[in-house]
Amino acid sequence: MINTMECAVDAQSLISISLMKIHNSRTQRGGIKLHKNLLVSYVLRNARQVYIKEKYAEIYRMQQYEEVMTVCNEIQELNPLDLDAEDADDEEQARAACCGEEASLCGSACHRGAAQPAAHARTASALLGCSSLEDGSREPDPSYYRSCCMEASPVSHCDQLPASSSTHCNKTTVLDLDTHVVTTVENGYLHQDCCCDALQFGQGAQSSAKKRKVEFGCCISDVEEVSDFTAARKRAKREDCSYSNLDYTDTSNISNLISIFGSGFSGLLSRQADLEQICSNQVLASLGAWTRAIVAF
Amino acid sequence: MGRGENIAHLVQPGRRQKTQQEPLDVDPLIIRFLRTFREILKFVLFSYTVLFGALLLARTTQQTRVSSSKSRARDRYPLSEPLIMAGAGGGNSDVQWCFSQVKGAIDDDVAEADIISTVEFNHSGELLATGDKGGRVVIFQQEPETKNQPQCRGEYNVYSTFQSHEPEFDYLKSLEIEEKINKIRWLPQKNAAQFLLSTNDKTIKLWKISERDKRPEGYNLKEEDGRYRDLNTVTTLRVPVFRPMDLMVEASPRRVFANAHTYHINSISVNSDCETYLSADDLRINLWNLEINDRSFNIVDIKPANMEELTEVITAAEFHPNQCNTFVYSSSKGTIRLCDMRASALCDKHTKQFEEPEDPNNRSFFSEIISSISDVKFSHSGRYMMTRDYLSVKIWDLNMESRPVETYQVHEYLRSKLCSLYENDCIFDKFECCWNGNDSVVMTGSYNNFFRMFDRGYRQDVTLEASRENSKPRSVLKPRKVSTGGKRKKDEISVDSLDFNKKILHTAWHPLDNIIAVATTNNLYIFQEKLN
Repeated sequence: MINTMECAVDAQSLISISLMKIHNSRTQRGGIKLHKNLLVSYVLRNARQVYIKEKYAEIYRMQQYEEVMTVCNEIQELNPLDLDAEDADDEEQARAACCGEEASLCGSACHRGAAQPAAHARTASALLGCSSLEDGSREPDPSYYRSCCMEASPVSHCDQLPASSSTHCNKTTVLDLDTHVVTTVENGYLHQDCCCDALQFGQGAQSSAKKRKVEFGCCISDVEEVSDFTAARKRAKREDCSYSNLDYTDTSNISNLISIFGSGFSGLLSRQADLEQICSNQVLASLGAWTRAIVAF
Repeated sequence: MGRGENIAHLVQPGRRQKTQQEPLDVDPLIIRFLRTFREILKFVLFSYTVLFGALLLARTTQQTRVSSSKSRARDRYPLSEPLIMAGAGGGNSDVQWCFSQVKGAIDDDVAEADIISTVEFNHSGELLATGDKGGRVVIFQQEPETKNQPQCRGEYNVYSTFQSHEPEFDYLKSLEIEEKINKIRWLPQKNAAQFLLSTNDKTIKLWKISERDKRPEGYNLKEEDGRYRDLNTVTTLRVPVFRPMDLMVEASPRRVFANAHTYHINSISVNSDCETYLSADDLRINLWNLEINDRSFNIVDIKPANMEELTEVITAAEFHPNQCNTFVYSSSKGTIRLCDMRASALCDKHTKQFEEPEDPNNRSFFSEIISSISDVKFSHSGRYMMTRDYLSVKIWDLNMESRPVETYQVHEYLRSKLCSLYENDCIFDKFECCWNGNDSVVMTGSYNNFFRMFDRGYRQDVTLEASRENSKPRSVLKPRKVSTGGKRKKDEISVDSLDFNKKILHTAWHPLDNIIAVATTNNLYIFQEKLN
């Protein structure tokens, strides 16, 4: 278990620093130094492991809140009278609050949303349901997580969440508050591609990075030590799992996502030098954006 | 009748039988005297034997004392204190180090080509060689001790300077080959000339350094400048004679060992048989004969069939000082492998593997980097070897593979700074280490121009600084301290104010004396033990 307490920088910046070092070593005088780049690749691997673990933990946390929100919605659906009675905005607010706040606030938001006394009992039960869900430690649905990571967009993961908890072939209509775009996404399409093995969340970002690495590797001159070196580093970046079947689907996934969401992803398929920025963008985006999206049925 | 005769004797009791008694009177005196004399003689002989034996013994011991004190260093220390021998006690409080000399430019603007990349004493300690990033080798020679100051060891002055390696370009791979001298190793001296091996990333060269202090003069057919004389002017016969001239030191390349390494050479080591040597790069070790430069034997190859499976590289290699069949090589994973060349031609299978299990509590992002060994050195006795990784120095007994016998922390306060050291590339610095002449003290470098000595016997250590401020002749070096806690005492330096651009990577210790050579970025400092 890597102790990250002593490190002043987080895994994210370590990854970007390491990649810059490797990039710079190509132009250094005297040729590529095998030893130094091997050590840098070890740091890269360690940082990636920590990054993956952190992301996984975060998604797990987020998923718990979303589970709570899903239950809230389902309970509200059971009572259509209450839905009509309530203000649509309030409901949206409630859901947004559920999404964006702590699980403990979900109860209060539901409570707030249910102004009518008739809904009070339901809300109370919803609150109870929320808290019970919050307390329960559930094994996150793997397919759900994969959809999150495939996304890599500023639009929240939350978009997909309620739909994904059910079957694979749901449609989800998504409103992105940032761009005010309403889009309908075939969930089945996304899920299909990431249903293949892979266990870890960060794999998505990882495999896109790997794909880029392959391209990067092809660009340099075909020299024994250089090609050895690149291949070695490619290897060191990869773990023992084989992601090959995912590589090509990832790229097509991402390009589709770009067209769907219309976000600034042009850098995703470009030079590897932007990788570190992409990584940091992903992290920041995923942290902030999911609080703003709203799911509409 | 018998009785009657007897009685006759008895009848006259007064008369003594003089005839019987007379020999009794004579015998006792002489015999007594002879007996005494015999005793006296025995005693005298015995005592002479004892004395003579003692004399012989004394003479033989005196002779051995005379023969063993050839080295002038040992003369100073009487036999009654066998522990304090030459080169001993570098780290204990009794020994004080004082500044002797500094070589190199004074200005702070350091030219890249002047950065010292290796320092090495020869086997007698009389010569000190340095290599720099510009491919030059500078050799210093110690002046012989003068009669005026018998206590002051001689100074080192420039003896020879030559360009060993030039920058090259590999056209096939489109790579520039640096001319930086990675290592210099002296050969044991066999005749009047000195030989050393110097290497850059790809090529090893054998240099002969010879003195010339005479030149032939008076050729019959040639003028002084070499032109042939007109034969008509030759009327007499002259035989050229050698006349003294100013001392000239020549360095000439005798062998060039090239094209044997795909990766960067990091070590060379001369075998104790003085006929072969090894050169090690990141993945392979080759064995050369000093006389043959177009062939080498590959004895270690750790290149995996698929380069994607590469996990470790070779970082240093050295031959055993006494056993010509044994060598060790260290890896980037922190393991040392000892190989016996008698076992097989290709020594991929090691005879011994020295590895200390990693402490799981200390695991961080940079565990692999700081466990990578940057230098390995055998002790002069051949019983121990020392390895240097980023934060510590470890001493291994060749008979114990499970863990080192001693571990010394060089700059443990840097452990919390590894992140920033990674960012500024300092974590990749390759520090070297060295033993003193009798293997009692080890020395290695650190940052801020500090260097540290660890006395194995007294269990003491000291931190000293090589700087121009302490460069008054024979000024004693004051021990330095880095404050690790919150409170900083006076004269201590805090970790944050250390200058990480001033690093001491290369140090060397005179094989017989307490003289050390310490290389900062572009200066060479020579320190000596303070003598009273």
